[in-house]
Amino acid sequence: MRDITVTGVRPVTGLLATLQHTRYVLAENPVTAFAFGLFVLIVVTAIFGPHLVPIDPLQSDTAQALKPPSARHWFGTDQLGRDIFSRVIVATRLDFGIAIASVALVFAMGGLAGVAAGFFGGWTDRIVGRISDTIMAFPLFVLAMGIVAALGNTVTNIVIATAIVNFPLYARVARSEANVRREAGFVQAARLSGNGEFRILLTQILPNIMPIMVVQMSLTMGYAILNAAGLSFIGLGVRPPQAEWGIMVAEGAAFIVSGEWWIALFPGLALMIAVFCFNLLGDGLRDIVDPQRRT
Amino acid sequence: MLTMILKRLLLAIPSLIGVVIVTFLLTRALPGDPAAYFAGPAADKAAIEQIRVKLGFDKPLIVQFFDYVGDLARGDLGNSLTTGQPVAAEIRARLPASAELTLLGLIVSVLIAVPLGIMAATRPGSWIDHFCRVLTTAGVSLPVFFTGLILVYVFYYQLGWSPAPLGRIDVFATTPPSVTGFYLIDSIIARDFGMFRASFNQLILPAMTLAIFSLAPIARMTRASMLAVLSSDFVRTARASGLKPSTVIVTYAFRNAMLPVVTTLGMVFSFLLGANVLVEKVFAWPGIGSFAVEALISSDFAPVQGFVLTMAVMYVALNLLIDVFYGIIDPRVRMEG
Repeated sequence: MRDITVTGVRPVTGLLATLQHTRYVLAENPVTAFAFGLFVLIVVTAIFGPHLVPIDPLQSDTAQALKPPSARHWFGTDQLGRDIFSRVIVATRLDFGIAIASVALVFAMGGLAGVAAGFFGGWTDRIVGRISDTIMAFPLFVLAMGIVAALGNTVTNIVIATAIVNFPLYARVARSEANVRREAGFVQAARLSGNGEFRILLTQILPNIMPIMVVQMSLTMGYAILNAAGLSFIGLGVRPPQAEWGIMVAEGAAFIVSGEWWIALFPGLALMIAVFCFNLLGDGLRDIVDPQRRT
Repeated sequence: MLTMILKRLLLAIPSLIGVVIVTFLLTRALPGDPAAYFAGPAADKAAIEQIRVKLGFDKPLIVQFFDYVGDLARGDLGNSLTTGQPVAAEIRARLPASAELTLLGLIVSVLIAVPLGIMAATRPGSWIDHFCRVLTTAGVSLPVFFTGLILVYVFYYQLGWSPAPLGRIDVFATTPPSVTGFYLIDSIIARDFGMFRASFNQLILPAMTLAIFSLAPIARMTRASMLAVLSSDFVRTARASGLKPSTVIVTYAFRNAMLPVVTTLGMVFSFLLGANVLVEKVFAWPGIGSFAVEALISSDFAPVQGFVLTMAVMYVALNLLIDVFYGIIDPRVRMEG
């Protein structure tokens, strides 16, 4: 008898497996890789944007007002002669910041509430379910309008309103994911070794549903940006002269009918590219984490 | 069938109660003193106190709530601060404009999205499938106000095909005698076809904007559910029995595939009603959305509250309608009812 040993092949486990799968998916799906590149670009712009722009985004120059794109002003100038390129770049930080903040907030609120509802069941479940149902009974953008109107017209309240209208989505996903793991082997094991229910929730359930929740975050990022931009388009939250994509499109709207297309077009495109990137990235991440849900 | 509708009606009641509670709480959550807020910045202490008593803010919260419900039952949504007019009357006058726009947008979107989804599903991998995918991804990424502005630029400024994006009809034209409040229908009733054309021309761009926006989820869902149904056993059996491909797709697959699509319509309506506000602002459409936006800018809360409530009630009613419709196309749901 000879021992048969195979060298050089080890079973792939843990992080390595995830990385390999990720590389496989990215190679298989260049669109996701592209979206990821775009995402990095957006993050870099959001962080370094204000230091990179050639012209002060708030500096107005009425002699240069309403000029179409040129070598000096790549995206043209607006009604006050401000450089639209600089404004679009600088606005990235605010738009991206609002989206990240609201998604993080709803992740904390909805995620925790949903996990608790799915894990504990009973009254917790009923209360969280009722809150979700009530929010879902409203058209979401309309509810967000109402919340900002009631809480006050500030950027912080736009973040809060966007988080609240997304609450049901997060709570539902977290609830169903926690619910199926309620009596899982590793949970039983943790229980038997004397862990309290709350500790199990935090140390066993929560880390396990993280990947799905991250996908959910990425899928709702696009909506969060659209929602915030829509609110500032109708004049809520961000105030002029601050640069923000939604409000810049709103400012450009008045000039569309007289043919000055560049004022609204470039911030609108920036908005579109950002949302497009997050949607593609969300789909791609879902394929990595949960291949069965692919449509 | 009737029991199912009744049962579903009962289920809508908790939603309605939730909606009323939330809209009530929204006013009471106003920062600072709501009485001072309603009195305006110029009011002195006595005036604020007077308003507090007049609006019932001196009473306990629960009493205020029942007062509010009582007002609602009488159809009283309060008065607008800026115009002094009752909010309910204003909303009633403006609702047909919004409804006409939203409905036409939805119809256009279903007429495009459903055939597109079916064609994409029956020919997977073909150019139409890719076109469908690009369109649905682009559709959800485009901010609805941005689409509207692009359409205005192309069709009004560049091509000159559309009238100026300023409301429902030309400022110099007279409105058709009001029967339904929908200009398209009213002008047909009045046999005024020039008017029909004029209002249709005003309506088509905003309706297209809404359609492009809501097309994506419908097309995507149609494609996915059609694909699932086409690979099911009963379709294979139907095909094996030698039925014509068109019969298989239309009679066998389509009706089954429509069930998830109808469910998606609920979500689509949520988006449509919200997008409606933005589209109304772009096209200066005199609907309830632009009414609410004007009120929001001038911090006039009663119209906003009335608007949020109206929209929510409409949305609950629409979801009810969707469920009833679901029962009509799916006999199994009727049985359970």
